[in-house]
Amino acid sequence: MRQSHRLNNIGLINRDKVITFNFNGKLYQGYEGDTLASALLANGVHLVGRSFKYHRPRGFIGAGVDEPNAKLQVTINGHSEPNINATEIELVDGLSATSQNCWPSVEFDIGAINNFLKRFFPAGFYYKTFMWPKSFWYKVYEPFIRKAAGLGVASLERDKERYEHKFEYCDLLVTGSGPSGLASAYAAAKNGAKVILAEDKPRYGGTLLTDDVSIDNMSGKDWSEKIISELKTMPNVTLKNRSQVFGYYDHNMMVMFERVGDHLSNKSKYTPRQRLWYIRAKETILSTGSIERPIVFGNNDTPGVVLSSAAKEYMKVYGVLVGRKPIIFTNNDSAYETAFEFKKNNVEPIILDTREEHDSEIVQEAKNKGIQIKFSYGVIVANGYKKVKSAKIGKLTKDKKSFESTETINCDCICVSGFWTPTVHLASQSGNKLKFDEKIDAFIPDKSKQNEKTIGAANGSFTLQETIKSGFKTGSELSSKITDKNNENKIPTVTETKYSVHDKFWCMPLPKNENPKRFVDFQNDVAVSDIEIALREGYRSIEHVKRYTTLGMATDQGRTSNLNGLQMVSNIENKIVPEVGHTTFRPPFTPITIGTIVGREVGMEFMPTRKTPMHEWHEKNNAVFVDAGAWKRPRYYKQGNETLLEASKREAKNVRENVGICDVTTLGKIDIKGPDAAEFLNRVYTNAWLKLPVGKARYGVMLREDGMIMDDGTTTRISENHYHMTTTTAQAANVLSHLEYYLQIVWPELNVNVVSTTEQWAGAAIAGPKSRDMLSKLFPDLDVSNEALPFMGYIESNLFGVPARIFRISFSGELAYEVNVESNYGLFMWEKMMEIGKEFNNQPYGTEALSTLRIEMGHVAGPELDGRTIPQDVSLDGLVSKKKDFIGKNSLGKEAFTLENRQKIVGLVPTDRKSSIPEGSHLVENEKAKLPNLKLGHVSSSCWSVENNNPFSLAIVNDGKNMIGKKLFAVSPLKNTSIEVEIISSHYVDPEGKRVRS
Amino acid sequence: MLHINCPFCGLRAQKEFAYGGDATVKRPEINKEVSKEEWDNFVYMRKSPRGKHIELWHHISGCRQWFKVQRDTATHEIFKTAKMSEEIV
Repeated sequence: MRQSHRLNNIGLINRDKVITFNFNGKLYQGYEGDTLASALLANGVHLVGRSFKYHRPRGFIGAGVDEPNAKLQVTINGHSEPNINATEIELVDGLSATSQNCWPSVEFDIGAINNFLKRFFPAGFYYKTFMWPKSFWYKVYEPFIRKAAGLGVASLERDKERYEHKFEYCDLLVTGSGPSGLASAYAAAKNGAKVILAEDKPRYGGTLLTDDVSIDNMSGKDWSEKIISELKTMPNVTLKNRSQVFGYYDHNMMVMFERVGDHLSNKSKYTPRQRLWYIRAKETILSTGSIERPIVFGNNDTPGVVLSSAAKEYMKVYGVLVGRKPIIFTNNDSAYETAFEFKKNNVEPIILDTREEHDSEIVQEAKNKGIQIKFSYGVIVANGYKKVKSAKIGKLTKDKKSFESTETINCDCICVSGFWTPTVHLASQSGNKLKFDEKIDAFIPDKSKQNEKTIGAANGSFTLQETIKSGFKTGSELSSKITDKNNENKIPTVTETKYSVHDKFWCMPLPKNENPKRFVDFQNDVAVSDIEIALREGYRSIEHVKRYTTLGMATDQGRTSNLNGLQMVSNIENKIVPEVGHTTFRPPFTPITIGTIVGREVGMEFMPTRKTPMHEWHEKNNAVFVDAGAWKRPRYYKQGNETLLEASKREAKNVRENVGICDVTTLGKIDIKGPDAAEFLNRVYTNAWLKLPVGKARYGVMLREDGMIMDDGTTTRISENHYHMTTTTAQAANVLSHLEYYLQIVWPELNVNVVSTTEQWAGAAIAGPKSRDMLSKLFPDLDVSNEALPFMGYIESNLFGVPARIFRISFSGELAYEVNVESNYGLFMWEKMMEIGKEFNNQPYGTEALSTLRIEMGHVAGPELDGRTIPQDVSLDGLVSKKKDFIGKNSLGKEAFTLENRQKIVGLVPTDRKSSIPEGSHLVENEKAKLPNLKLGHVSSSCWSVENNNPFSLAIVNDGKNMIGKKLFAVSPLKNTSIEVEIISSHYVDPEGKRVRS
Repeated sequence: MLHINCPFCGLRAQKEFAYGGDATVKRPEINKEVSKEEWDNFVYMRKSPRGKHIELWHHISGCRQWFKVQRDTATHEIFKTAKMSEEIV
């Protein structure tokens, strides 16, 4: 297959390796080292997409990150991704790409009818049109607009690729490997600094690869290769190509996006596709270069209109001609080099220079080469629908507002150059306020805000001599501050053409009686007329003009359009550009994949999984697990075809009738030691702690300073100055931070230390009327009688040789114990309990049965202690000391907290004794009342009472116990249920609490 | 992401820390009478200054010490960090 527009003998591609790829269902060939864009252009393909709003045919404009049009749906390795810049993706075996935003095909797109209706789609069209009727927005307009807009299609399948994160520190990060980047990285490396040099493209060198210059008698490309090969040998240098620094954050942290795997045809299983780097640099050099600015003219979006620098890059790097009959349309000298390159490859260009006839060095050179130049000329309209066929050009009058004459000339591409825009995004993100440089008509960085320095073209210096000099100087200065070394560098001699002044002219006037679209922002289809409308309608701030017209809001962030937009606003408003100001530059500089942001934190790796020492046993015994924070807890142990409800009923019933064991390792455990430990607990908990004897446990409630309950649990006095605190599983980390806060900040005079021991102890609760019998078998030498080990008692013993702590505490309301052993013995303890418990019909029970047991006893837990309840609300008034002070006490006197009819805990049963009440249901008096129906309370916890064999719930309801006996409706709009309930006491089982003390 | 100098561990990434609010707020003394107004000020009233702010941070994924940070709330510049026992002036 012939590549119709490929040149011989030029380019940096590997012609030995032919790559076949698929574009819109057709096979093409390119070479290794091509981008998808250069390979398509080599085959003469310009039409690659349809525009966003008008569905106009679009082709390539740039050759890199500046490209606004060529966003394709690209599939590599079966992985499909939308909105990929064809100018950035490298050609690889098996690559297949399709055009976006067109149907049925890019060649024939039905949506292009919008182009003929374009006068009906001005700026603000959507805002103005889809306002009324209001109800239409949600159901009619929005779905329709959403379908019509958008670019590619995101895959609904799971992303199977691997993405990684990397954290790195360095002395100096250099962003961009053009002349200034290479010089500064080299100088800093020579001073021994730890340097990272990042280059967005696969090849290092930036403009050195395309500019006609000589450095120390070498071509730019050879010089850059020499510097790179030397840097590669230095251990203090990290070179990263295909890596875009896209964000500059606080404290000199940069985030970089590295394309690791997409260009490899044989990628190993463990090679990530992309990698995100977090780089903390002591100093940063921003050598990000500049992007060519287009000149706006009629139908300037026709395929075949390209930036002149891109045309040159396609020739010099890829050996590709963008056309054989080029017009070079420029307001400055730099585009002349593109003309020379065409000429070198036997193509005759014609230069249209908007400036009046002048005789600079480069004009002379063009004349010597016999290139035709038309001064004071510009392109008025590009003709051709899917490809440029000819151009109407005109000689501008002196004021440049109309034409002296016009003519039409044939051409197949228009290479346009409107001078250069420094890439200041990173500098601006760092907090640097930009300033307008009238010499170059663009914004450049002002005073450094963080440790950043911008050099080279990014700083508005467009001569190589100056750029290389400042590169060496800055690299050397910044690094010697860090390394204290000052290596002398010989600044190379540079030969380059001297440029004359550019023309301050960026928008061609319209000819009489013609009104072609003149696009400013290609990706969002924003034309000159749209900006005019916005200004006419009163939008003045550039930020408002941006949002109203969507100028610069596309994925290319207005890289080629912002300055032209600003210039237009300032022209119409008769202001100078710095008065208009610029819009905000935000990260990311280029779009990055969600996969890279997420990295490896997907699926099981999203967060750590905490397993108890008994986890393996639970797994083997058909436990169904539930997540409790990072913990996995058995929810129930499934027998046969049991449902959750059946299993939890069986397990809970067995606790009430026989004995059950529950893995309570996940409870938070905090060791508290020190002579002031008792005093500390006395301040932390609402109840009194000073008189708790050694060998006794106590239940306590702790508040926040605003009076709301923070957590509850038992704390046991192990010895004189040593306490063992338990917290709920969910609050363990918060309680530790809370205790540390008071010990370190509020009461540093208290001599107390706290440390988490959650991971150190494995715990098992033994609950049920037969638990004492079972315990006596587990500890045959121990007196476990009610007298020796009473309710809230504590004993240390050993479990078949393993040291154990035995607490007589109960969450289930039954006679119960909790045994702790060192974590390593957790499984041993559990298996012993299962073995010895057999004769007492012992069964393990999970969190569902655990909840059932505590709910029907009226014990509160997380759903009741939700940060909105004070002790009085949940029947814990008895634990609030009136005598002593404690955290949050002063808040409890608040008027709202002492109201007679304040919300309080109650119990609920459905009047039919059958219907389960969904948790979260609202309690209302009249289920049929008009909305908003006054809510009297809410259902916090629900279970099936095994004791009474009917549903039972806990609820927090206004006026609390005074409501007992009343009937209300529990309404759940989520479950679409409404259940009549009767309010009863929250203590549904054993209200006197006899069992725990038996 | 901020780079915070823990007075005990040195420069660490923000990820390791938790923010703890205004460091200049003093809790009324325990076991002492406190006016309703003073108490409410302590519990609820916080200034939200633009500029220098002395605040608490907790090195939760490190030494677990609370300490003071003087930070500019607008620019995120950190001027000083100090142990709780030290003053920032």
